[in-house]
Amino acid sequence: MMLIPCPHCGPRAQSEFIYERTVDSVVPLDAPSQEAMTKLFTRNNPRGVDDEIWRHTYGCRAWMILTRHRVTNEISGCRAIGPEALL
Amino acid sequence: MSRYSAFSLLRGALTGHRHWQPAWRDPEPKSHYDIIIIGGGGHGLATAYYLAKVHGLKNIAVLEKGWIGGGNTGRNTTIVRSNYRLEPLHNLFEFGLKLWHGLSDELNYNVMFSPRGAMFLGHSDADMVKLAERGDAMRCDGIDADLMTRAEVAKLEPLLDMSRDARFPIQGGLIQRRGGTARHDAVAWGYARGADSLGVDIIQECEVTGFVRDGDAVVGVETTRGRIGAGRVGICVAGHSGHVAGLAGLKLPVESQTLQAMVTEGVKPMINSVIMSQSLHCYISQSDKGGVVFGGDPDNWPSYAQRGHPMVMEGAVAQGLALVPALSRLRMVRTWSGVTDMSFDGAPIIGETPVRNLFLNGGWCYGGFKATPASGWTYAHTLATGKPHALNAPFSLDRFERGATIDETGSGPMPNSR
Ligand SMILES: Cc1cc2nc3c(=O)[nH]c(=O)nc-3n(C[C@H](O)[C@H](O)[C@H](O)COP(=O)(O)OP(=O)(O)OC[C@H]3O[C@@H](n4cnc5c(N)ncnc54)[C@H](O)[C@@H]3O)c2cc1C
Ligand SMILES: [Zn+2]
Repeated sequence: MMLIPCPHCGPRAQSEFIYERTVDSVVPLDAPSQEAMTKLFTRNNPRGVDDEIWRHTYGCRAWMILTRHRVTNEISGCRAIGPEALL
Repeated sequence: MSRYSAFSLLRGALTGHRHWQPAWRDPEPKSHYDIIIIGGGGHGLATAYYLAKVHGLKNIAVLEKGWIGGGNTGRNTTIVRSNYRLEPLHNLFEFGLKLWHGLSDELNYNVMFSPRGAMFLGHSDADMVKLAERGDAMRCDGIDADLMTRAEVAKLEPLLDMSRDARFPIQGGLIQRRGGTARHDAVAWGYARGADSLGVDIIQECEVTGFVRDGDAVVGVETTRGRIGAGRVGICVAGHSGHVAGLAGLKLPVESQTLQAMVTEGVKPMINSVIMSQSLHCYISQSDKGGVVFGGDPDNWPSYAQRGHPMVMEGAVAQGLALVPALSRLRMVRTWSGVTDMSFDGAPIIGETPVRNLFLNGGWCYGGFKATPASGWTYAHTLATGKPHALNAPFSLDRFERGATIDETGSGPMPNSR
């Protein structure tokens, strides 16, 4: 289990969080169809570091972006997001 | 290659068993192959076997970064069945199931295929309707499926908690009697031995690290054992599909996740069939050695770590104990995990890619072991002819942009599979 540094609550057990999706898969509302297709159906899926959206569902309930290594699980960043992150 | 038989065993008994030969060679890579398959799991080895056996091709190599069968082939819970509702899925898996039934003879290698029956449990009226619908869809294509009453389920599996106040009450089930389990390692080894005897070079400890391009075509691979030229290259690397395709600049409809499994100490027979519940997500069977094997949901966030998280295991164990309370008396002896390539409709991808001479077989999620023979057979056809086989045509990579997804669970564009 990972220890996730929630920007609001501090380090908390992963079991309090839910993984949503990767940042590269957020489809802007006005995306042209080719871009929407790519974001809906494909992922960078690197065997390395990627940005992911997680939610502290059983805590403060806020959304955040976690920068995590997909092999070592090392978390190198966790930042709060608000509505502006989806722009 | 000498054939395995009762006679060869007897002969060994008289000569101290000193006559056995390695089951496959350990060749140095040549400078060029007509077809290179990346990934020495069951699927890659089966593909090589059928390329040589069915299509008569000679100059083939399988490149494996570790040891053959060390990926998901050697890590799965070995459930073999073809009981899917959608036609393209059940037709592909049924073709495979037919091959499973003759596989030990075909390979002269005991893959310990054991058609003990694969049973889905129904926990509600809605479940029973769904199971009946699935069974009907299968029977329309000539695949066996029998709806079971509560009493029939209880008779087949006396240790299930059938009480009315069970945590997950059981109303009935759907069984595919021709489904069952097989020995995973033996499948890799059997295909490897068969392919090797037909001239295929199986090269272990050889990781593909890049592609050699000539314009829009792939003409070879870079590996940890040097550059190797190729006419056609077939990716067959399961959880690493996204990574390897990325080396050719492709972005796939795949997300890699961890799937765990576990096994208890060996006991006398207590589970007769393969018990599965898709409303929960839990599957339980007993190996021929006596260990109760079970698994649950993937750790459903992206990972290539090949090790799982206890909280997910806890969920699977809780479901298993609720279904079969007697399991609580057993000690868990081993847990492990594999990297699965979860596709965006839960169905596999087999066919050509936008890069000329580069082909892809992946996206098997956590259900590809059962498909090993069918996957190899159809992928061999595609690699030999450059064209889809009738059974893998629906599983082309471009189906997502064409809106022709094969979404068994109807759950939309998420890395998903049931
Ligand atoms: C815990 C678990 C339980 C499962 N249970 C079931 C089940 O009950 N029934 C079922 O049908 N399916 C099940 N599956 C799924 C099944 O195991 C897989 O779909 C199937 O085995 C995939 O076979 P494969 O040959 O494609 O992959 P693998 O056996 O993983 O082979 C791929 C190979 O490619 C190699 N490779 C990767 N990258 C490179 C590279 N760059 N160069 C060279 N080689 C490379 C790897 O080392 C690996 O050996 C389960 C999976 C897991 C993890
Ligand atoms: Zn928080």
